[in-house]
Amino acid sequence: MSHRLSGNEAIAYAMKQIDPDVMGAFPITPSTEIPEYFAQYVANGEVNTEYVAVESEHSSMSVCIAAQAAGARAVCATSSCGLALMYELLYVAASCRLPISLVCVNRALSGPININHDYSDSMGGRDSGWIQIYAENNQEAYDNFIMAMPIGEHPNVRLPVMTCMDGFITSHAVENIELLETDVVRRFIGEYNPEHYLLKRENPLAVGPYDLSPYYMEHKVMQAEAMKAAKVRILEVAAKFEKISGRCYGLFEEYRMEDAELALVLMGSTAGTAKAAVDKLREDGVKAGLVKTRVFRPFPGQELARALAGTRAVAVMDKSEGFSANGGPLFAETRSALYDLKERPYLIDIVYGLGGRDVKVEDIEKVFGRLADIAVTGEIGPLYTHMGQRSKGGDR
Amino acid sequence: MSTVYNLKREVEKPVRLTGGHRLCAGCGAGVVVAGVLRALHKEDRAVVVNATSCLQVSTFMYPYTAYVDSYIHSAFENSAATCAGVEAAYNALQRRGKVEGNVKFITFAGDGGTYDIGFQSLSGAMERGHDMVYVCYDNEAYMNTGIQRSSSTPRFARTTTSPVGSVQPGKKQNKKDLTEILVAHHIPYVAQTAPLGNFRDLHIKSYNAIYTKGPCFLNVLAPCPRGWDYPMARLAEIIQLAVDTCVWPLYEVEEGVWRLTYIPKKKLPVEDFLRPQGRFRHMFQKGNEWMIEEAQRYVDEKWERLLERTGA
Repeated sequence: MSHRLSGNEAIAYAMKQIDPDVMGAFPITPSTEIPEYFAQYVANGEVNTEYVAVESEHSSMSVCIAAQAAGARAVCATSSCGLALMYELLYVAASCRLPISLVCVNRALSGPININHDYSDSMGGRDSGWIQIYAENNQEAYDNFIMAMPIGEHPNVRLPVMTCMDGFITSHAVENIELLETDVVRRFIGEYNPEHYLLKRENPLAVGPYDLSPYYMEHKVMQAEAMKAAKVRILEVAAKFEKISGRCYGLFEEYRMEDAELALVLMGSTAGTAKAAVDKLREDGVKAGLVKTRVFRPFPGQELARALAGTRAVAVMDKSEGFSANGGPLFAETRSALYDLKERPYLIDIVYGLGGRDVKVEDIEKVFGRLADIAVTGEIGPLYTHMGQRSKGGDR
Repeated sequence: MSTVYNLKREVEKPVRLTGGHRLCAGCGAGVVVAGVLRALHKEDRAVVVNATSCLQVSTFMYPYTAYVDSYIHSAFENSAATCAGVEAAYNALQRRGKVEGNVKFITFAGDGGTYDIGFQSLSGAMERGHDMVYVCYDNEAYMNTGIQRSSSTPRFARTTTSPVGSVQPGKKQNKKDLTEILVAHHIPYVAQTAPLGNFRDLHIKSYNAIYTKGPCFLNVLAPCPRGWDYPMARLAEIIQLAVDTCVWPLYEVEEGVWRLTYIPKKKLPVEDFLRPQGRFRHMFQKGNEWMIEEAQRYVDEKWERLLERTGA
């Protein structure tokens, strides 16, 4: 079915097709429309879902944790400070091995308060034990959400899944989108029948122990192993998804990387802009390419290293500040992944787009220009810079 | 309740909080939890929810749970939302025909997890009308972290964060009246109780709370021998004194109707409750008589107001 939907509408529609048991609902810009659209499905009797309109994001994640532990499928959506308010519970959800599905409509964190897009919110939760999958556009946001449950619920994984899309750029812009038939979605998702759950009559369950040094580490190692297993499962689910949709997904997308000498690594909607820049440069004979990070947790380090092995200069573009004074989070991961290559490309980090600062094709072209200079001179200049901010003189 | 309360019959039911947990001797919390869970019909299942607390770390230390029923602990400040989530799941799964039988949802949290950090979560869950019981076992301070003041700590009590010094008489503020705040939520049933005597008051109120549809709240006094500084064998006596001095009146509010459930034969002076407890020791030093007078005045005023409200 071909439709025109915003990212938020697409997610709400995917949720309706899935018909989860429980939704923890709390509004925050720009994710608010998701619980709004879904509330109408509930009001119309179109879903079986218990819609719990809580008093905070902390409670929406608490409701999801408890509901999933009780044996239900739980979903929620949030952004920015809402996700930050959940941080404590993101860790609880992952450590309890509860495959909750959360949609993070990415938005800059306070302060100062800002409602526009960057990744500071989900990057703050990157080490919480959640799988994180990022979308470039509405279609990917919809597709990633449909794949979330089959990934997270698999017995080898049993981890919560955060699917991310860019606030406003993806969440509010209306695009053409291919939706799956509801019965196809239902078959793809299947029934949720966990082995152990609170409401199981035959075997009561205790969840969330006080767990001291004799066991805590074993539990953390199991969690770490589950995250490794998730990488395999993500690809299995993607292969199955391709069969029902015709759309193919990997851990990341390589765009014109076959013979690329200069490459970017970035994520989300900027990939669309970057692809336009790559195409333009290719016309001029520049061997430009792009790697669009899709799965950030688990991080596909070895695969990414292979993808970048033939390049001469790479710019990682981080749309969040890590305040490490050593580059953003995507840079840290990418740089680490490249360490084992025999011949490493030159590598720089560019932090851009914070709080929704726009990035244009020309901006991306400038980055490639810098990479071209680096490839020729071997001088990388400053390792980590910001792009798009006003200079003291007043121009950008 | 359809039948008359009979302690012997009640204690013959299979226990739902088993022995061997790690709560201190002389702690009120275990007595409260066992007493509340005893009010469940034998054939009904429960999901027990805990806030992080002494109770939580003492009753579910991996790999041993003291609960016969299913149990979930998630964090300190979210036990009400957690209970709400289990209840929501139950409703959804029941509609799908995936869960059978009667299941009751009961949360236990300390005063720190209820009066303070979990207050928002509690208020939200009560307002939304989940069919659940929230039990605060009130020991009047953060005992799990080593006796720090909470908004439930009474005025003049010594805690590690409201110490007694030359310019400070212990805690400077009065105890928050959480039970009244819950009454103001206009939920079906709110009660203040304690594991007193033969546990009749606790039992009947627990039964009412569990078997009244909708959100119900119990505030239960649960003395702490460490934080209150009394010899552990005196637990029952301390509870009796709290009630007989009217420091902790027993009452219930059912569908907005206030009712006193215990009127002391002889209302004892508040110092009888204060004296056996180390946390109030400084109030009995020379020159501090005003503290006892203030404490007495506060209790008297509250008691008078309660008598008016209940028409007793």
